[in-house]
Amino acid sequence: MSDVYRRSAPKAPVYRQGGIGMSRRSFLRGGVSVVGGMGAFVAALSPLRELDGDDLPSIEGFLQKHYKEMDEADMAAALERIRTEVKKRFAIDPSVRDVKARDGVEFVYALNLSRCVGCRKCVHACVAENNQSRSPEIQYIRVIEMPRGTTDIERGNHHYDRPTVPDEDHYYMPVQCHQCANPPCVKVCPIEATWQEPDGITVIDYDWCIGCRYCEAACPYWARRFNYSEPELPKEDVNPDMAYLSNRPRSKGVMEKCTYCLHRTREGGMPACLEVCPVGARKFGNVLDPESEVSWILRTKRVFVLKEDVGTIPRFFYYFDERYPRDGDGQVVGTVDPLREER
Amino acid sequence: MRDYLRFLWRCFRVSFIGDWRYQAWMGLLTAVSLLGLNAYARQLVDGLSTTGMTDEVSWGLYIANFTFLVGMAAAAVMLVIPVYIYRNRDLHDLVIFGELLAVAAIVMCLAFVTVDLGRPDRFHHLLLRFNFPISMLTWDVIVLNGYLLLNLHICGYLIYCAYRRKKPGKLFYIPFVFVAIVWAISIHTVTAFLYVGLGGRPFWNSAIIAPRFLASAFAAGPAFLIVSLWALDRYTAYDVPRAAIATLRNIVTVALLINMFLLVCEVFVEFYTDSSHGVSMHYLFFGLHGYHALVPWIWTAMLLNGGALVLLVSPLTRKWGYLNAACLALIVGVWIEKGMGLIVPAFIPTPLGDIVEYAPTLNETLVCLGIWAFGLLLYTIFVRITIPVLSGRLTHDRAYDPNAPIQPQQRGDGATPLSTSEARI
Repeated sequence: MSDVYRRSAPKAPVYRQGGIGMSRRSFLRGGVSVVGGMGAFVAALSPLRELDGDDLPSIEGFLQKHYKEMDEADMAAALERIRTEVKKRFAIDPSVRDVKARDGVEFVYALNLSRCVGCRKCVHACVAENNQSRSPEIQYIRVIEMPRGTTDIERGNHHYDRPTVPDEDHYYMPVQCHQCANPPCVKVCPIEATWQEPDGITVIDYDWCIGCRYCEAACPYWARRFNYSEPELPKEDVNPDMAYLSNRPRSKGVMEKCTYCLHRTREGGMPACLEVCPVGARKFGNVLDPESEVSWILRTKRVFVLKEDVGTIPRFFYYFDERYPRDGDGQVVGTVDPLREER
Repeated sequence: MRDYLRFLWRCFRVSFIGDWRYQAWMGLLTAVSLLGLNAYARQLVDGLSTTGMTDEVSWGLYIANFTFLVGMAAAAVMLVIPVYIYRNRDLHDLVIFGELLAVAAIVMCLAFVTVDLGRPDRFHHLLLRFNFPISMLTWDVIVLNGYLLLNLHICGYLIYCAYRRKKPGKLFYIPFVFVAIVWAISIHTVTAFLYVGLGGRPFWNSAIIAPRFLASAFAAGPAFLIVSLWALDRYTAYDVPRAAIATLRNIVTVALLINMFLLVCEVFVEFYTDSSHGVSMHYLFFGLHGYHALVPWIWTAMLLNGGALVLLVSPLTRKWGYLNAACLALIVGVWIEKGMGLIVPAFIPTPLGDIVEYAPTLNETLVCLGIWAFGLLLYTIFVRITIPVLSGRLTHDRAYDPNAPIQPQQRGDGATPLSTSEARI
């Protein structure tokens, strides 16, 4: 082994610096380097001066409990703090509420692919409703233009830009949060900042999220969005009707997502994306109610879910119209395709 | 207690003493660390938009470095196992360097995770609502911090005993050494489980990732030790036992072989099947629809790893120069493979089939360099303190004198310059 790993040069000299004892010169030198080091350290941190008051967490914000641990007084205090912050930031007086899930309700969305024309009105209505950042614009809905002959979304076009829609050779597939019954995003969150509500909506406590983005990596539907910078929302665009778990303004560094507009839907309204749809492709309602439109659709239409193989059990269904419509019992009624007649 | 504080103070003082090369190296690392700190301060002000990450590619260089460094930390076990289970005498005195490397690597890991957070000011939420055992990230928090404490205890105890010139009590560290062996495997397995458990990311959703993580870690970690031992041997009074280097070289070679084999298995499955499951792999190696930002990276990694393997199995690497070259090539190769080659492609295309590429920004790169420099700074300080203490030139009853002879009674079997030989088996 003697020739193995032979030194190529003579051994370097051992450290020749003085021992622990200190001369005046080394003391001075030490002092200068300590002062210089501190100066460099402070200089390195200097960008932090630009942090303004809004960026720093307030004492109340810092001590605020997790949504599920707040009692009524805690929630009232939290809502008051949010109201004050919104007032300060946007100079408007918002109505901020905590809207709870109602018993006996499980929300489900159904989207008619035969009808959707790909106009993206839902995308923009959602942004206006939910107080997302406008620059860069955060959108919860992504409409994919699909070529005929495939349901493989990897062959779709996200960035289609036509003078008019729909295009004859394509169909359109809007994707947003599927509010899964087995949500991978909830599973991975290390601090339970996101969870599934009793009515099936997966929500985020924006005041609890630490911004690790593990949920964003876990979502098979690319439904979650992160505030990479301070959300920019012009005063005149703010929607003052806000809820704690849905559309109140977010800060930078936290996740957000579609909540089926729970501040509207839990009080009997419809999601903004549904209301704006010009062709009635979007249907929404309580699946536990057998009389609801969505229940009827799930019973009678040709329904499928996206990526069934990943086991997420979505509450968002796609369907195609049948040639012959059926009644509530699933019986075929009539022999003429009503849509074809309309055309 | 007072004596322990005095020990810490003396260690602190010793870490400033060295020749001009040492001073320059430490000065450079400090400067780069501060540059990184400055870049991080800017990120805190402007948000993560200062990085190249987007909603499409939501993890980048930070998580890539984190993954690589978890492997470096786990690799200490590759020295511990031969010594404590197979009673390998050659590696004996080097074990502590592996453990110190683990400490520095874990500190870097924790730093990389912290800089990746959007709201680090809410870190305490982790203590208040901990989604254990459902979230794999909570497992990672536990195993990484546990591993850090274990290694801090083992290293700290042995070094302090040498300083006090007493024999380490076996009960106080041998059980911890064995726990640390299992723990080391667990840190990298849990980190792999972070990724492989996601059904929505087919590129990660493969059982081979965890074994591949371990194999590549056991190649890169000991390779890093070889290079750092060379630097010690070359620039300090410390003589590295030659047989130990030969053993380390064998470990690196075998681990790299296994890693390459697992890689071939993975590549075969994806490309021969040619299903849509393999689009990310296709993007990584050949590009997709005209996008191919990662192609040069992965082929560089393949070349480096392949070249390192050829060098390692040839007799050329019985010379320091070639061995160092092979080790450096391998470290860079594995770093690319686990970073740009494993984290980023899982996000391309997105689950909805959109393609957005990722390129790190300057600010993000500076933060990474800063953390690396800080980690190397820590490791250098650890080694700087350990050598005089273990060779008996810095003990409780005598001040540090760099030119003092090595304490004869502290020597082990006469051939090894460190003192712990008897103590550690």
